Amino acid sequence: MSMNGGTSAIGRPVPLVDGIEKVTGKALYTADLDSRGTLSGRILRASVSHARILSIDTSRASALPGVCAVITGQDCDKTYGVIPIAMNEYPMARDKIRYLGEPIAAVAAIDADTAAHALELIDVEIEELAACYTAAQSRAPDAPLLHADKPGNLEREVHHTFGSVSDGFAEADLVREEVFDCAEINHAQMEPHAALAEYEPIRERLTLHSVSQVPFYVHLTLASCLDMDTSRIRVVKPFVGGGFGARTETLNFEIIVALLARKVGGKVMMQLTREETFLTHRGRPKTRVKLKIGLTKTGKITAAECEAVMSGGAYAGYGIVTILYAGALLHGLYDIPNIKYDGYRVYTNHPPCGAMRGHGTVDVRHSFEALLDRMSRELGLDPFTLRRANLLKAPMFTANGLMINSYGLDECLNKVEAASEWTHRKDNLPDGRGLGMACSHYVSGAAKPVHWTGEPHAVVSMKLDFDGSVTVLTGASDIGQGSTTIVALAAAEIINIDLGRVRVVTNDSVITPKDNGSYSSRVTFMVGNAAIEAAKALQAKLVDAAAELLDALPEEIECEAETYFVKGSAQSELSFHDVAIKALAKEGTITVKGTFSTPIEAQGGKHRGGAVGSTMGFSYAAQVVEVSVDETTGQIDIEQVWAALDCGYAINPLAVEGQIEGSVWMGMGQGLCEETNYINGLPTHASLTDYCVPTMAESPPIDVQIVESIDPLGPFGAKEAGEGALSGFPPALVNAVADAVGLDVNFLPLIPDRILEALTKYRRAQRRKETVK
Amino acid sequence: MKSVLSLSINGRNVDDIVPDNLLLVDFLRERQDLTGTKKGCDGGECGVCTVLVDGKPRLSCITLAAACDGSEIETIEGQARNGHLSALQKSFHENLGTQCGFCAPGMIIAAESLLRTNPNPSDSEIKTALGGNICRCTGYTKILKSVQIAAAEVSK
Repeated sequence: MSMNGGTSAIGRPVPLVDGIEKVTGKALYTADLDSRGTLSGRILRASVSHARILSIDTSRASALPGVCAVITGQDCDKTYGVIPIAMNEYPMARDKIRYLGEPIAAVAAIDADTAAHALELIDVEIEELAACYTAAQSRAPDAPLLHADKPGNLEREVHHTFGSVSDGFAEADLVREEVFDCAEINHAQMEPHAALAEYEPIRERLTLHSVSQVPFYVHLTLASCLDMDTSRIRVVKPFVGGGFGARTETLNFEIIVALLARKVGGKVMMQLTREETFLTHRGRPKTRVKLKIGLTKTGKITAAECEAVMSGGAYAGYGIVTILYAGALLHGLYDIPNIKYDGYRVYTNHPPCGAMRGHGTVDVRHSFEALLDRMSRELGLDPFTLRRANLLKAPMFTANGLMINSYGLDECLNKVEAASEWTHRKDNLPDGRGLGMACSHYVSGAAKPVHWTGEPHAVVSMKLDFDGSVTVLTGASDIGQGSTTIVALAAAEIINIDLGRVRVVTNDSVITPKDNGSYSSRVTFMVGNAAIEAAKALQAKLVDAAAELLDALPEEIECEAETYFVKGSAQSELSFHDVAIKALAKEGTITVKGTFSTPIEAQGGKHRGGAVGSTMGFSYAAQVVEVSVDETTGQIDIEQVWAALDCGYAINPLAVEGQIEGSVWMGMGQGLCEETNYINGLPTHASLTDYCVPTMAESPPIDVQIVESIDPLGPFGAKEAGEGALSGFPPALVNAVADAVGLDVNFLPLIPDRILEALTKYRRAQRRKETVK
Repeated sequence: MKSVLSLSINGRNVDDIVPDNLLLVDFLRERQDLTGTKKGCDGGECGVCTVLVDGKPRLSCITLAAACDGSEIETIEGQARNGHLSALQKSFHENLGTQCGFCAPGMIIAAESLLRTNPNPSDSEIKTALGGNICRCTGYTKILKSVQIAAAEVSK
């Protein structure tokens, strides 16, 4: 059969299929779930950064009327985490407290006030220990150890060399080295953490509803930490109010609420405050990047040498992946023959860091693009010219073994250069105004999952039944990025049916197929491909039925807008219902499935850690930022942003635009104002007033251009769209500030008081230079 | 202490006896099952709990229910009427003014209040009116557009 593009469901802007629920208030998030008969769970958190727990006495709390259960670290002796070799966190601290805010006990009570009161009645005796708050303190020779098995407080060091950097630097006409300091930041998704657990004591079954991006991993962790068979656990993900990586690993409260539910033999709701949501953290680590680049006179990059030191907080979490990502994605954007990377992930007595949008890559990309800009000025090269001197040619493999099949960076550069009128505006702006640009990229799904089982990476089921509706079953976690809509569109497109005929059921482990979850921008690529395969299997059955009815061969059947007919024949058409009834008559309810597995050549280099960074396709982005800098206050205003992203193919251009705008804007937050701060381990940022995310008032217009390089392996040619543009913003900002006032900034974020201080120093140094002349 | 509370919610009269310290947001969510109004912060910082009290936008997480005696409350659940989305709801839906959806109820209510008093707001008036409502997904560009388009629709 053939398909007609005229009725295409894809390639045009479509509102989210679950959007009506969101604008009417009907969408149920975890905290909105039926709370009848539910106990309130609360967590007791450590008030010191580093201590030995000598004793915990819960007798006074347990005796309080209305208290149904009190648990401590003694109720769970299983560690959990992300990487099988680095699971070193207990849901509640057992012998040792390693960060202020770490859970040490929990209570379930008849209401929130009683639970809160009970927490005050838990007596904890500790012996406080010296703490390390910075990577430097942690790495000092006499530093106290957070984990006995981790000398030097080093979680992981990575040393990768591809090519020869000494040869590369020898070939260079200009070599420069700089150190960049990037602050720790947090996702600050709008929905605070929450989880609802119900334990049925008679059947010994547990059901957890949670805010997770990775319900499958939560499921596995619950089984392990509660020592239960996975078949006795059900995990459901309701609507989720944003994630950005905060929820890509099992979080302590998800295990704690399950432990409480089992202890009481009932239902417990855990709603974390915003402060606790910040304390749970898993944000982007504070990172110091030392970077050296070699360039020829024409701007060709001959070598890059990078050292990244990340202060990762108290537990492993995603740390190993983060430190590997930072090095791996030095590759894959430009053609660089020689790259050396040294990464150090260091434990500190702060809440654990984790994955955040652009995982691991943002601070290194920031440093790279900022240094390139400075070197382009020294060489008298336009920043666009410099980038164009280093483009890759797809298909190819990078020095570290990353597969690149499609590459739209050149077109992204052309688009933002034209849209921003770069060529004639760049050097003709008034004082205090500047333009800066930068490029970036990101993976479309990690080619090797964290939890390797050998199974396909994604499975999608579809059902056609007597009512003529198509139900798609997927474990893909829609967290607002529109994955449910993508799956529905894939079905509508392939089966040539109206989108209204398609319903998508998501994220209930007893109903939907297993999915690894929403992280590393994997969903469109992997789940999209699985959905296409399932839809093709269903369509094949419909075509067979139509062929039988029309007395033709399946390959002679055409399908267009819910009608089936024989190619080139005036014979009568069949409706979708006629064909569906015939197909159902043969076998009853039709269920099909599609899967997606990553090709072996996409799975990265053979070196240790080579799987991290490997993917089926990279998105590519270029952006230009225009700023105004007020030299008297240090205030930076973003006037306008122009961003172009190569997403392979825009299945839903509306959602792609939304993802690009959102990621550029989140990059703006990191560049301009976002920062977590601690004083001796005490967070001073743990509210939405103190953690400054940009409001609508200071958010600029963002001009978005979509580039479609049509990836040969992508679903309809698509790649990721939600992360790639983020890491280009902070360097484009820094480069624009340099253009505006001449000041090169080596820190993030660019908050006014620090800019003012840097500007004052810079002006003083300039005056001194003039005097010497 | 408890008070008798008599108010209207989305045009429906409600009488209840509530503790004096009960917040409006908890009254709506827990006693009235109106969970469309969200809680996103620890008090007055994010705007997701915005409701209309006598036509004016209020942060229901820092408003006592008892203080609303005799008031008319409007929440996101009351915006769609007779099977039709409000102009703002329709526009937010069609223009992707919301992604994860968590800020949408408060954002739409705050915008509703703006359009009732100023049917043709400028961009800067929209940005000022919604400046207390945080969104973490959209970068606000499509929120601005959604309000602009809804305003054009309303003033037709």
